[in-house]
Amino acid sequence: MTTNPEMNAADIAKAVTGGKLSALDAIEAALARIKLHDGILNSFTDVTADRARAKARAIDADVAAGKEVGPLAGVPFAVKNLFDVTGLATRAGSKINRDLAPAKRDATLIERMEAAGAVLVGALNMGEYAYDFTGENVHDGPSRNPHDTTRMSGGSSGGSGSAVGGALVPIALGSDTNGSIRVPSSFCGIFGLKPTYGRLSRARSFPFVASFDHLGPFARSVTDLALAYDAMQGPDADDAACTTRGLEPTLPLLANPVSDLRIAIAGGYFQNNLFPEAVEAVSRVAKALGATRVVDVPEAARARAAAYVISTTEGASLHLDRLRKRPNDFDPAVRDRLIAGAMVPAPLVDRAQKFRRWYRAQFAEVFKSVDVLIAPATPCTAPKLGQVNFKLDGVELPVRANIGIHTQPISFVGLPVVAVPVPLEPLPIGVQIICAPWREDIALRVAYALEKMGVAAAPAPRGL
Amino acid sequence: MAEPLDDYIDAVSKALALPVEEAWRPVVRANLEVSLRLARLVDEFALPDETEPAPVFTA
Repeated sequence: MTTNPEMNAADIAKAVTGGKLSALDAIEAALARIKLHDGILNSFTDVTADRARAKARAIDADVAAGKEVGPLAGVPFAVKNLFDVTGLATRAGSKINRDLAPAKRDATLIERMEAAGAVLVGALNMGEYAYDFTGENVHDGPSRNPHDTTRMSGGSSGGSGSAVGGALVPIALGSDTNGSIRVPSSFCGIFGLKPTYGRLSRARSFPFVASFDHLGPFARSVTDLALAYDAMQGPDADDAACTTRGLEPTLPLLANPVSDLRIAIAGGYFQNNLFPEAVEAVSRVAKALGATRVVDVPEAARARAAAYVISTTEGASLHLDRLRKRPNDFDPAVRDRLIAGAMVPAPLVDRAQKFRRWYRAQFAEVFKSVDVLIAPATPCTAPKLGQVNFKLDGVELPVRANIGIHTQPISFVGLPVVAVPVPLEPLPIGVQIICAPWREDIALRVAYALEKMGVAAAPAPRGL
Repeated sequence: MAEPLDDYIDAVSKALALPVEEAWRPVVRANLEVSLRLARLVDEFALPDETEPAPVFTA
């Protein structure tokens, strides 16, 4: 048996476990595809081929010996380069971090994926220090959109979106502070899960904004997304914010009906500043789910503003010493935003954090009468690389600052979201399936139903 | 001509020992204007005195 680019993780694992495909062949196929296409996509910054082959051989030996090999046996995956990978400096998209000592231990989530049998094949391009929605990087070049390589992959987990959208690997991991999983998922036409804040360990990943940093998976199918998510759950004393809740597997619940769920469309703020493609995508998802009720989330614009303020100030605090000592080694656009962030008066930041609690209470009210909220993931399909402005609701606005306007008010209070790809022509676009805290199972269940109905799907890469 | 925020930028730059070269100043200032405009939007929203920040989201 051989692999094909569309083969998903569940199929690979099943074939490897059943002895129909060797893990080594699965990994060689991924490495060959990376070699063939990544010259264009520029999604990988490091390919860990030797390590991957060694791990694959060990899995094959275990299969031959009749040992358990895990639900992701032989599945190639890659991680945004802010995850620690043993032996690599964790560059986090920067020039400066390349001077760090190589990591001595993998990030917790890599360890958990590999404990489930998955095989790390490399680290992925990203926007500098994750302060980005475009997937562009001045040091490494942009990761490119697999459906049109003249367009953005979305950021900051651009390489993750590009690699999975281009079917180089079936699963990638990324981070989402203000939308950095959901934006590349939208632009690259794949599924992405931003779990509840604190659900997945961030241990041994390079931070950005401690208040909002989340890690999560990307995949080409909901089953793969759930497989990866389930493999990575669990408490971790090495991440101060990681929940002590027990495992809550989602895979067994995916096929449960969605007819009993109360599904609504997010109104007000979430229906403004949209290109027609985004309106169409939300409409298709709502229609498929029979959702007609529109629920307004009060003060979402203020929530986005508060998220912006907390991000720029916590980011500035994180990088203060690097800004002093090596300002010329930053991407100038990132540096100048961070310097400005360092100058925001402290009382305004405190008020933004207090507003966060108020806003969280508003969502708690919403979720008393609703199980699922549908909202756009991005205002538009992937813009051109280097594009500076776009026109939203008749107003010329900067692209960079506005790509994440619909994702920021959600991560601001840590709600779980699955971004589902709606395969419009010529480019896909994502829709957010938003649930109450700790209800990833519902978000994944709805995404699975949409996938089964053919409303959500990861299109084959059109630009390769 | 100096912009209204320039004195403030100079003062904070000194207080934090954070360099701001002249060439960077216009972009730093533009970013600071955006941050302060958005922060003002939050500031305008009245919250009860008892409101506390949401440090770790535990829902």
